[in-house]
Amino acid sequence: MADSTVTPPRAETGARRRAARALARRLFRHRSFLIGFVLFGVIVAMAALADVVAPYLPNKNNYRALLLPPSAQHWFGTDAFGRDILSRVIHGTRISLGIGLAVVLATGVLGVVLGLLAGYVRWLDNVLMRVMDGLMAFPGVLLAIALAAALGPSLLNAVIALTVTFTPRTARIMRASVLVIRELPYVEAAVAVGAGHLRIVTRYILANALSPLIVQMTFVFAVSILAEAILSFLGVGPPPPAPSLGNIIADGRTYLQEAPWVALFPGLVIAMAVLGLNLMGDGLRDVLDPRMQSRRI
Amino acid sequence: MSGFLIRRILSAIPVLFVVSLVTFAIIAIVPGDVTAELAGAEASAEQRDQIRRQLGLDMPLWQQAVNWYGALLRGDLGHSWLLNRPVTEAVLERLPVTLSLAGIALVLAVVMGVLLGVAAAIRHDSWLDQGTMSLALLGLSVPDFWFGLILISVFSVGLAWFPTGGYVPISEDVFGWARSMVLPALALAFTQMGVIARMTRASMLEVLGQDYIRTARAKGMLRPTVVFKHALRNALVPVITVIGVMTGVLLGGAVVIEQVFSLPGVGRLIIGAIQRRDFPIIQGGLLITASIFVFVNILVDLAYGWFDPRVRNGR
Repeated sequence: MADSTVTPPRAETGARRRAARALARRLFRHRSFLIGFVLFGVIVAMAALADVVAPYLPNKNNYRALLLPPSAQHWFGTDAFGRDILSRVIHGTRISLGIGLAVVLATGVLGVVLGLLAGYVRWLDNVLMRVMDGLMAFPGVLLAIALAAALGPSLLNAVIALTVTFTPRTARIMRASVLVIRELPYVEAAVAVGAGHLRIVTRYILANALSPLIVQMTFVFAVSILAEAILSFLGVGPPPPAPSLGNIIADGRTYLQEAPWVALFPGLVIAMAVLGLNLMGDGLRDVLDPRMQSRRI
Repeated sequence: MSGFLIRRILSAIPVLFVVSLVTFAIIAIVPGDVTAELAGAEASAEQRDQIRRQLGLDMPLWQQAVNWYGALLRGDLGHSWLLNRPVTEAVLERLPVTLSLAGIALVLAVVMGVLLGVAAAIRHDSWLDQGTMSLALLGLSVPDFWFGLILISVFSVGLAWFPTGGYVPISEDVFGWARSMVLPALALAFTQMGVIARMTRASMLEVLGQDYIRTARAKGMLRPTVVFKHALRNALVPVITVIGVMTGVLLGGAVVIEQVFSLPGVGRLIIGAIQRRDFPIIQGGLLITASIFVFVNILVDLAYGWFDPRVRNGR
């Protein structure tokens, strides 16, 4: 009996594909999502094609072109080593998006597992959630800064620090969904027909808790990009001369008076990526679940 | 209410325990030899051993933890390796700057956010609504420390209205203090203003659709009275809960903003300690700011329970 649902019959896959296509159509008709998709898409394209579109090498010094203002040769100007800011920013999006994506994946997996365990296994709930509360008691990115500082400045350590910082909220959102879904009649029905715990958790609970999770992931992506910039700016992110966007802003801080463009452009690109993600998150929330309030913080 | 109060305070104990445990663990996760950097590259193994003994790092981890908790319960957060003074003293001395920065930013964010949110809600779907919500979304998306740098380059470097950084104690010169705080508070508040504006608008729109609002209008009450007396009061209840979370974001954000504007707060102390590997200061600063955040959240919950009786009477 159970086997027939493991490989769904053809009619079911067709229905699923139709539903997915309808969802995509509604998303792209949502104005916020569309604008966000374009903004974020430009950043993704920049990161993917960095080697092709960047006019110069990101770490190439040019002592005959120090602190030049934006011009036809250097659209975003140059820094104190004569490095081309546009090229550095383009390569910087790679670091930002890479860290953001890694944190999203790690936070997603950890948050889902911890949230499912807390919501489904009653005796674990209290312990797990107290630990999560404790981690969330550190203000903002301060925990990430301290962890990154202790582990030492590197790309991987930035990802670890941000994952520890952002997992608790994701776990909490997941747990809240599980607590609601586990009481629904279809879960009761699954238990009644003798479905095992693993099957109930993955096929019935997780599958129906995905909407808030997806919205949360766009949020984690956005704050990870912002937090990476903060870590780099404070000197606990990927170490220079890596062209991370926070590092470029930190370079620009010294020359704020003579060459404000050094700090200006990387910040604009961060804002563009984060704005795109926020707009996509808004759109996803509206389309996936109209009842969800705009309670994102 | 007193039962609610006691329950809420007791619930902070496990949270503070986890906070202290994580804070203690910070030094344990440092890879390699902590003393290597402190002693300098030329230090001999004996010199390092001596430093390690002085700092108590030669003991097994569990014993370090016992000592740490023992001292913590006496209010002793350890001794700064580089400042050579008690951590508690060094952090508490810097705390007023950080708290006033976060406090001013909180007030700015709430006032501007609520105004924008109300304006957007009562002119729903107009250009005003779209304009304020675009501004709010932009606020959410801009890195606050970068926005601070932009403010410096426009208002301090360009127009010379404000100092480019530095701090004037309020006891010395009130006007000078205010001038040194305007830009940092604005930079810190901008992001959170966006959060508040979006929440206020959503909450206001929900309340304005309620029957009692229509009734109030139907019996001839003026629109401003209905909006500000009936609707806004109810719409602000969810906004209050955000203030708790926001305090944390602002305290964390203050760390970076202090760095940008050279303000001598706890954040600057922590960042300085990071650069010089002075772990007791990092731990102390982390623990004290987290404790303040936990305390503020208790206050916010109490305020919420006071506003909304359903909360205090259990779930």
